[in-house]
Amino acid sequence: MELAFYLSGLVAVLATVGVITGTSPVHSVVYLIVSLIAVALVFFALGAPFAGVLEIIIYAGAIMVLFVFVVMMLNLRADAERTPPLWRQPIYWLGPSLLALALLAALVALITAGDIEMAIDGELITARAIGLTLFGPWLMVVELSAILLLAALVTASHVGRRSDPGHSSTPRNAPNRGDTP
Amino acid sequence: MNGVPMEHGLVLAATLFSLGLAGLMLRRSMLFVLMSLEIMLNAAGLAFIVGSTAWNQPDGQAMFLLVITLAAAEASVGLALMIQLYQRFHSIKLDNVSRMRG
Amino acid sequence: MMTVATVLSCLLPLASTLALAFSGERLGPRASTLIGVGSVGLAALATAWALLAYSGASQSVTLWTWVSVGDFQPTIGLTVDRLSLVMMGIITGVGFLIHLFAAWYMAGEAGITRFYAWMNLFVFSMLILVLADNLLLLFLGWEGVGLCSYGLIGYYYQDEANNWAAFKAFIVTRIGDVFLALGMFLIFVEIGSLDIGQVLDQAPRVWAEGSATANIAALLILGGALGKSAQVPLHTWLPDAMAGPTPVSALIHAATMVTAGVYLIARLNGLFLLAPDVLLLVGVIGAVSLLLAGFAALAQTDIKRVLAYSTMSQIGYMFVALGVGAFDAAIFHLTTHAFFKALLFLSAGSVIISCHHEQEMGKLGGLWRQLPVAYAGFLVGGAALVALPLVSAGFFSKDEILWQTMAADRAGLLIAGLLGAVLTGLYTVRLILGIFHGEPGSHHARHPEPGKNLFTHHLPLIVLAVLSTFLGAWLYPGLGELFPAAPGEAADTGHTLLQVLATGAVIAGLALAGWLFLMRRQWLHSVVEKGAGARCWTLLNRAWGFDALFKWGLVRPWQWLVHGLRCDFINRGMNLLALIARVGNAGLVRTQNGRVRTYACVMVLGVTVILISLVLTRGGGT
Repeated sequence: MELAFYLSGLVAVLATVGVITGTSPVHSVVYLIVSLIAVALVFFALGAPFAGVLEIIIYAGAIMVLFVFVVMMLNLRADAERTPPLWRQPIYWLGPSLLALALLAALVALITAGDIEMAIDGELITARAIGLTLFGPWLMVVELSAILLLAALVTASHVGRRSDPGHSSTPRNAPNRGDTP
Repeated sequence: MNGVPMEHGLVLAATLFSLGLAGLMLRRSMLFVLMSLEIMLNAAGLAFIVGSTAWNQPDGQAMFLLVITLAAAEASVGLALMIQLYQRFHSIKLDNVSRMRG
Repeated sequence: MMTVATVLSCLLPLASTLALAFSGERLGPRASTLIGVGSVGLAALATAWALLAYSGASQSVTLWTWVSVGDFQPTIGLTVDRLSLVMMGIITGVGFLIHLFAAWYMAGEAGITRFYAWMNLFVFSMLILVLADNLLLLFLGWEGVGLCSYGLIGYYYQDEANNWAAFKAFIVTRIGDVFLALGMFLIFVEIGSLDIGQVLDQAPRVWAEGSATANIAALLILGGALGKSAQVPLHTWLPDAMAGPTPVSALIHAATMVTAGVYLIARLNGLFLLAPDVLLLVGVIGAVSLLLAGFAALAQTDIKRVLAYSTMSQIGYMFVALGVGAFDAAIFHLTTHAFFKALLFLSAGSVIISCHHEQEMGKLGGLWRQLPVAYAGFLVGGAALVALPLVSAGFFSKDEILWQTMAADRAGLLIAGLLGAVLTGLYTVRLILGIFHGEPGSHHARHPEPGKNLFTHHLPLIVLAVLSTFLGAWLYPGLGELFPAAPGEAADTGHTLLQVLATGAVIAGLALAGWLFLMRRQWLHSVVEKGAGARCWTLLNRAWGFDALFKWGLVRPWQWLVHGLRCDFINRGMNLLALIARVGNAGLVRTQNGRVRTYACVMVLGVTVILISLVLTRGGGT
């Protein structure tokens, strides 16, 4: 089980590196799917099968399909990132990378300094327990997330509609229209 | 000691989060920015799951559900904005829309 | 009766000034001219009335008290005595003739109302100057005439050079005025009064003769007189002041204002008698001025500048007279000079207008047949200027000056005066020959349009011409009892010899001029063309380079100092705060670039810093 955790974690990290360094949108999306499935495997290994299944169905299934659709619809190609050749110029990536590394170091230092002394033995948490929690003490949060999803739906359908050809030449109005909710 | 130490799970979450952050800061295409955001949200979810399983409590997983909900909402709105951006500017580079200097 | 007439002659020009100044543009040129000339004419009549009513004793009238601070109560009071009456007669009489001529000269010019408003204000200020019974009121008139001089030199304000000339006249005379003001302060502190009568009365009691304080007071007053009367070294403004209209030059810069310095010294004669060294300095300055200006007049091409230098030279004679204690002679020459110099200026104005504002001698010439009136004016005025014996007014007054100089045993001053007479003959003949004889130098000079108006053109010239002959000299009443005895009154030996000598000098000058300018004209031209002759010509044309001297010696260092002080270093320090704010602002503006990535980076940076500091404090704490 530990082996599964570490292997899946390694795959997830590598796939994520592939996402952020990729030049082709389609490749990056596929890397991201790989990363998400690897995280789902991590969940299985940790003993949270319900979360792993949700990860695969909703994340890797629904959300990433949305990404793929959009990439296909906009016909994005690798040239979106081609100019300028980013990786030749360290000035573009060195600073943010060092920043992220510093942040990681700080986080790791904080986590390891805690001396948590706690292990995950892989005991299952069943979907029933989760359901009881959700619809027991967490009911209000479920209602709120429903409202959130509704708002996202309305927003997406409003923002994502095809704009008028007459207004397309005046992009000044665009930001005002997007933040209706 | 049996099982995976909790630190390792949290370090994995931190690593994924940092990678997502690096992507957010590095890339100028809105598609990659959105994907980086997904990675970061996912890393947060992973941290919740780690906590949940470490203490054997279901509340972390409920929180993970909320994170997924948030990610879905964010992805749908973000992608809609991206479509709109592409229709108006024929490009999804974020630097193009810095005109308002907001 | 006399005081009423005096006050009336003062107030008429003032009323006219106010009427003209506040009329805006509603009065037409004809009405403005009528008011402007008429008021001075009435003032002249009032002055004549005052002359007739004059009983022989000086009278004072206090109009009101200016300010009352303890014992210090300067009044607006007028004193009329013989000297004031002579000055009043010159100011209103000659002033009226010049105003009358100006009606012809200025016809058709823009801004007639402004012109007459300034001119009448000048007449008022000048009358206040000569009538004031205390130094403070005198100073008011003194500054008033300076202001009017400034306004009238810059009358054609659309030409920038005229404005600079006006500035120059104003500033240079202001330097003298500062000296005068300081002198007044000193007198007030030492004597405790500014009333002229009291000052002259008290001064011998307060100051011993030749004491340092008396010398300083006299020197300061002299500084004021030098500035106003255009004597070396404060003389540079007068030639440039010719930028004004010619009647202005005649009234202000020949007949009246520039002689105010002579009047001031004559009025405060008691003070100068207490400082014999300063009085001698007055004479020396006068002699230097008359020679410098006489030489400079030889090398001018502008007819008005020739007359300006000649004015300086003649005022130099007056200063010489003052310097030997012959105050009466100085005022005598002042009077005759007012007549003949006004005549010369008005004749020059007639020539200038007839030739369409041409005043370069090289472009005039051969005009004597077409402009007989102006020619006659120049001949009579020139004769008076060179002091042609017996027939001219100038002879009597100048002879008086030379005689007093000789009687005072000042050989240097006498020689300067005689040499000046030769120079006067030279430049006068050169001027008249250059304008009226020889070949016309330009189209305008070939076809002049002579002035025809009997009343406004001929009359002033004729009256002034008559006054410039011996008749004018007879008019002078003599101020004997008002002044201390002149040196020439006691002695009488050698007067005839001196008259012969002076006549010889005049005739020598005229003969030399005739020989040079008629016989040896070509030779003269070739001399000034090149080499030492050309350099000499340039030096004289620039009046010995005083302008350049002041420019490089005073004006430029001053400007450098001002430029140095302009970037005030203390202020720089204060500006540092503003600079920091501005730099900070610029830096913060740059961060607001609208790129989301940059914002994200900065945010992450902040989070990282907080986290790292957390880690470090944790580590340090445990």
